[in-house]
Amino acid sequence: MSQNHAEAHGHDHHDGHDSHGASHGSPRGYVTGFLLSVVLTGIPFWLVMNDVLGNSTLTAIVIMLFAATQIVVHMVYFLHMNGRSEGGWTMMALIFTIIIVAIALAGSLWVMFHLNANMMPDLHKM
Amino acid sequence: MTSYPDWWKLLFGRFTLEAIPYHEPILIATFAAVALGGLVLVALITRFKLWGYLWHDWFTSVDHKKIGIMYMILGVIMLLRGFADALMMRGQQAIAFAGNEGYLPPHHYDQIFTAHGVIMIFFVAMPFVTGLMNYVVPLQIGARDVAFPFLNNFSFWMTVGGAVLIMASLFIGEFAKVGWLAYPPLSGAAYSPGVGMDYYLWGLQIAGIGTTLSGVNLIATIVKMRAPGMDLMKMPVFTWTSLCTNVLIVATFPILAATLALLTLDRYVGTNFFTNDLGGNPMMYVNLIWIWGHPEVYILILPIFGVYSEVASTFCGKRLFGYASMVYATVVITILSYLVWLHHFFTMGSGASVNSFFGITTMIISIPTGAKIFNWLFTMYRGRIRFELPMMWLLAFMITFVIGGMTGVMLAVPPADFVLHNSLFLIAHFHNVIIGGVVFGVFAGIAYWFPKAFGFRLDPFWGHLSFWFWVIGFYVAFMPLYILGLMGVTRRLSRFEDPSLQIWFVIAAFGAVLIALGILCFLIQIGVSILRREQLRDTTGDPWDGRTLEWSTSSPPPAYNFAFTPIAHDLDAWADMKKRGYQRPLTGYRPIHMPRNTGAGLIIAGLATICGFALIWYIWWLAALAFVSVIAAVIIHTFNYDRDFHIPAEEVVQAEDARTQLLGRA
Repeated sequence: MSQNHAEAHGHDHHDGHDSHGASHGSPRGYVTGFLLSVVLTGIPFWLVMNDVLGNSTLTAIVIMLFAATQIVVHMVYFLHMNGRSEGGWTMMALIFTIIIVAIALAGSLWVMFHLNANMMPDLHKM
Repeated sequence: MTSYPDWWKLLFGRFTLEAIPYHEPILIATFAAVALGGLVLVALITRFKLWGYLWHDWFTSVDHKKIGIMYMILGVIMLLRGFADALMMRGQQAIAFAGNEGYLPPHHYDQIFTAHGVIMIFFVAMPFVTGLMNYVVPLQIGARDVAFPFLNNFSFWMTVGGAVLIMASLFIGEFAKVGWLAYPPLSGAAYSPGVGMDYYLWGLQIAGIGTTLSGVNLIATIVKMRAPGMDLMKMPVFTWTSLCTNVLIVATFPILAATLALLTLDRYVGTNFFTNDLGGNPMMYVNLIWIWGHPEVYILILPIFGVYSEVASTFCGKRLFGYASMVYATVVITILSYLVWLHHFFTMGSGASVNSFFGITTMIISIPTGAKIFNWLFTMYRGRIRFELPMMWLLAFMITFVIGGMTGVMLAVPPADFVLHNSLFLIAHFHNVIIGGVVFGVFAGIAYWFPKAFGFRLDPFWGHLSFWFWVIGFYVAFMPLYILGLMGVTRRLSRFEDPSLQIWFVIAAFGAVLIALGILCFLIQIGVSILRREQLRDTTGDPWDGRTLEWSTSSPPPAYNFAFTPIAHDLDAWADMKKRGYQRPLTGYRPIHMPRNTGAGLIIAGLATICGFALIWYIWWLAALAFVSVIAAVIIHTFNYDRDFHIPAEEVVQAEDARTQLLGRA
């Protein structure tokens, strides 16, 4: 009995789109995502063009924050990522990616900062 | 040079007739040999009318087994090229003393050591590892193919494309003279204006696409296509290590691609990412390339640890000791491998705090690796050990790799590294872990799975001969380098002043000759085994009394791998099935849904290779044409709806009945 069941199951492999996979979203979700993206893109433009904050460093930081939020919006509304899709593999892959990117970025900044401080001391006095 | 007219430059870019190295006798002789060998091969294939067979059954095949075998063949071919480079270097260093110039001029010698490193890592070790994973993983998890069969074929041909470009540099133009990781500023436009560096960049970029895609493919395969009942903690260890390796591939190869792309921009359009002036920072390249480069080392060794685990439990006739700890050690190594990259450039000058952090993480990563060694030892303890060839390789590996690991921990101590950095001690260390780890493991894997792939065992006599030549040759070739390194000899030198060093280089060269004999015996072993295949025939499909699912199907497996998808109830599913008296079902076969072969992968990869070649030589019209053709070919391929077919039930019945007869006879 179990053999037959297994065989039927085996067939599913190549047909893709099994029921535990990722959802494909709804028109409502896409519209929400689109509107959020537009707003999150529009605000940084407005901040820069009208020089609202009056301080370029602060503006840059705020724009970065909007960019990060934008990434999350894309992941949720367009890539349909949540804790349950693909049996949790999507979330695990995301966490792994964040760890790796954080290690690479933080590590490189740390390494290069120390390198500059040690090997290019004159550059900092200028 | 200046006499070439404008139309020539428009048509052929910077290619000139002087780029053909007809003034180099060594290259001309090599070219003559290669051309002659190639002509004979082509003539033989034509004579025996094998072109159709090769095209339909191999080149366009999307069968993971055939692609795996083709990866292995690519690895062997490139091993011969890379090893020829090694022999030339050893020969040069053995004689170039006290005013003797040796037989290789510096510009040629520099190309050779660069080519040796690039070929051995990217086009020998990587195809071997990918080939083993491709062949074995779907069989171990009870699947009928990988998740994306066409992508698999395409990935393979992209790897071949990269290899073709590297090989082409031998006879058309030159190769890079910069060392295998091509540090700027030496690799920048100012100091390496020739085509060699561009061969390097485009060769690796094209092969890298293939590697990344095959990583995606195998992750999806392992995550989504395991047989029912096979939980993650019931997966064979080789599948586990393959999963971790492919995660590493997908996470790191994009970093390599981006770093090489930035260097390419520096060289082609005059940006200043890695230049000395105008705000560039060559050290950033070193930093980025090693964020890829260190995980790459683990990409190579992790699946090989898996091979050793399978070999250990099979030839000791018992379960692997500490399966769970083996899995956790693998995962820990996967993560830690991202935290050690700076130990490749302690001497760069990041200071004490940075160096101590990376020194300590490097020492920590040796702990899970050490745990694995103990797991294999305890698997052997009270096991019924059969000293077949794969087991021999495992034993040689354990001794050799531990020595390499310990010299690695020595190098992980930053003050010691300041003395040993870029010395022959380092060269001895990484050859110690790569040959003693990866290469021995690949040979273990070949000896272990060969009967599965071809239906007959490898001849043990020539195998043992090859084994002893390799192992003894390794020690003779590399122990002198440890000594030389401690005496302060640095790497990549083409001639020496101090005659007292010569004896060590002569010994090392003798070791290289022993390894050459080992390779020769391996090739003879394959030939002899093919001739003696009837005596060596495996009719059972399970010649070693194996423990994992690949041994439950016939040798070689049918195109569909398993007539019925197996069900795993335990770790070592096949050992468990045998213990419970599993009966192979003899009726109830149904048509089997399979992917169809396609030539699209080869065509797209071929166009990409042409595009790379054109970019190397600044033949812009051809580059644009080839690039547009790649895009067009990809789009056209998406309209190919004839992608799958069903193997009719009658064919399955025929194949399975034939196996039943074979099993009855055995």
